Amino acid sequence: MIYAAGVDVGSTQTKAIIINDRLEIVGRSLIDTGANVTRAAERTFAEAVLSAGLERGDVAYVVGTGYGRYKVTFGDAQITEISCHARGASLLFPKTRTVIDMGGQDAKGIHVGEDGDVKDFVMNDKCAAGTGRFLANAAEAVGLSLDEIGELSLQAKIPVRLTTVCTVFVESDIMSYLAQGKKIEDILGGVHSAIAARTISLVRRVGIEEEVTFTGGVSRNIGMVRALEEKLGMKLNVSPDAHFVGALGASIFALERAIKGAGDRQQAAGVGSGTTA
Amino acid sequence: MAKAAEAVKTSYQGQMHLLQKEIMGRYFERLTRAAEQGEGKAAYMLISGNPVELVLAFDMIPVYPEINALQLAVKKVSLPFIQKAEEIGYSMDNCAYVKADIGMFYSGRKTPFATIPLPSLILCNYVGCNVYLQWFEHLAEYANGEIYNLDIPFSRDPSGKPSQDDVRYVVKQLEELIGVCERITGKKFDYARLQRIVALSAETGELWSQIKALTKQVPSPFDAYFDSVTMMAPLYCLRGTEEGLKFFQTALKELEEKVQMKSGPLPEERFRFVIEGPPPWPYLRVFRDLFAKWGAVAVASTYSTVGGLWEFGFRHDPNRPLESIAEHMLQWNLTNRNFLQRYEQIRRYVEEWSADALVIHSVKSCRLFSAGQGDMREYFTKELGISTLLVESDIEDPRYFSEAQMKNRIDAFFESLEHKKMVREAAPTGEGR
Repeated sequence: MIYAAGVDVGSTQTKAIIINDRLEIVGRSLIDTGANVTRAAERTFAEAVLSAGLERGDVAYVVGTGYGRYKVTFGDAQITEISCHARGASLLFPKTRTVIDMGGQDAKGIHVGEDGDVKDFVMNDKCAAGTGRFLANAAEAVGLSLDEIGELSLQAKIPVRLTTVCTVFVESDIMSYLAQGKKIEDILGGVHSAIAARTISLVRRVGIEEEVTFTGGVSRNIGMVRALEEKLGMKLNVSPDAHFVGALGASIFALERAIKGAGDRQQAAGVGSGTTA
Repeated sequence: MAKAAEAVKTSYQGQMHLLQKEIMGRYFERLTRAAEQGEGKAAYMLISGNPVELVLAFDMIPVYPEINALQLAVKKVSLPFIQKAEEIGYSMDNCAYVKADIGMFYSGRKTPFATIPLPSLILCNYVGCNVYLQWFEHLAEYANGEIYNLDIPFSRDPSGKPSQDDVRYVVKQLEELIGVCERITGKKFDYARLQRIVALSAETGELWSQIKALTKQVPSPFDAYFDSVTMMAPLYCLRGTEEGLKFFQTALKELEEKVQMKSGPLPEERFRFVIEGPPPWPYLRVFRDLFAKWGAVAVASTYSTVGGLWEFGFRHDPNRPLESIAEHMLQWNLTNRNFLQRYEQIRRYVEEWSADALVIHSVKSCRLFSAGQGDMREYFTKELGISTLLVESDIEDPRYFSEAQMKNRIDAFFESLEHKKMVREAAPTGEGR
């Protein structure tokens, strides 16, 4: 059995996935990235190895992804999370043609080919609107946790029209709505709607083709899932493992390389097909 | 993805580079002497379709505030000047070239490369950018200098050709400008001398055009973006001089030798791309390395045509010196061209220079040049099926550059190009493209 790992070092959280050569997830781990990126990567990997009931040495190949991918110093290669998200989403939902990924600091749209390759992609530039950070600031402004706001936003009756999608200015915007006596759920409804609209206009640049798979940490927010679905007029694929999709994609790349490496070694040793001893 | 080395050796120090340093060093010394000892009269000009020939005919020294601004960025000293301009009241969103230059102007005009002389003439030779127009008007006010504003009609016809009236309109202004130069310098206009200068420019244009054709070779002998900038300074500052001509003769010879040796700017040319937009000067090296690690070489760039577009046949004409200067300003420079022509120019580059992809570097503080690049990306990706990457930072302001974000986009782009290449190579001939 060959095992391979993907370690996704995001701006907020670090995720690791271990798969076997039947493409089954056998181990996983998720921790907050914190200030020491290399340590976060090492710790997540070690925990994932442990959860798989394996030894470190059992993992044939490790691919690092995410912003901190070059800090995965024990990794064998680094691949951007754009390629990894496309790959991971295609494994979970093989008919995926568009990936909407919303992470801590990034929002991106990826047009995916049939074999999970990246046809085209767009990302938010120099602006954290449409990212987890925006929602975290909004949650803080209404005194709730990030996990609570999605559910609450679904109860909005008259969502407010947010005048800004600026991650910094959203707090003062929310303050002014609170001062006007607006209901928290209506404010949150407005927040999710504004971000969904912004994200869709970003992703439309690569074209939105069905099926659409929503990945990244923000996809765990049911309010955002519904807001995107409503504006797009279609169902989104959302996996309970959506925040692991980058790591999963990285582990698939790692597995391919591990298998290729094993093949190359066999060939070099003269035991591969087409060689006569 | 290959685990490529982070720093790839991308520069070579041939004769051409040494000569460039020497002649540009002399040019900047001349600026300093003009500033500090009052030797000669300076004419401030804009790069876009610059009529340097006319200024040289009066022995004036061409000074380009844009070149000074970008030099400040390359030497990593632009930020304090930008902040100085912001203190004066220039907006955060204002063109950072303008701010760096104005900040420098108010800091004694001293830079690490020259002391910039005060202008005897402020020649605004490009009006397509309203901000540039006001930049020169501000300089005229601050320096209490004389401004002449050449009104160059923008390219309106889809063919990009100016009308005869357009040409006559510009020539008429050039004649008026000659009168202004005569008064400022106290020198009588010498038509034959202008013809000689224009003949040198024509020869220089021919050499530059031949140099640009060399990057059609595989491997390309030089990077048409990062190495072209070495040749652009002499092209604007010394075009129309013997010294400038000699530089381009040397460059052509050296680059032809590189073609013979099949030597390129990188150890291995794996991708060929066309690039649109000026470079992020404060992070030029970092930006270059992000492409170099993928073995990606720019084989053509639109930026190298802001001052003039010679590769499609334009030459100055000594028999029609003023008319050909007018045509250069009207038609044969990137910034005066309409968007359809810009598309056409890039399309030709991709096809004739056999490029794999297009990269657009959008400039945060220049909406004028960058507006429309989203459509451009869409046109090339969706209508022509050319892989296109759009990244954004700034030409001058280091605060707009995020290396992590830039790297992520460039890496992802080349990962996908590599995949496409792999699929193409695996497919039987004629398929997979």
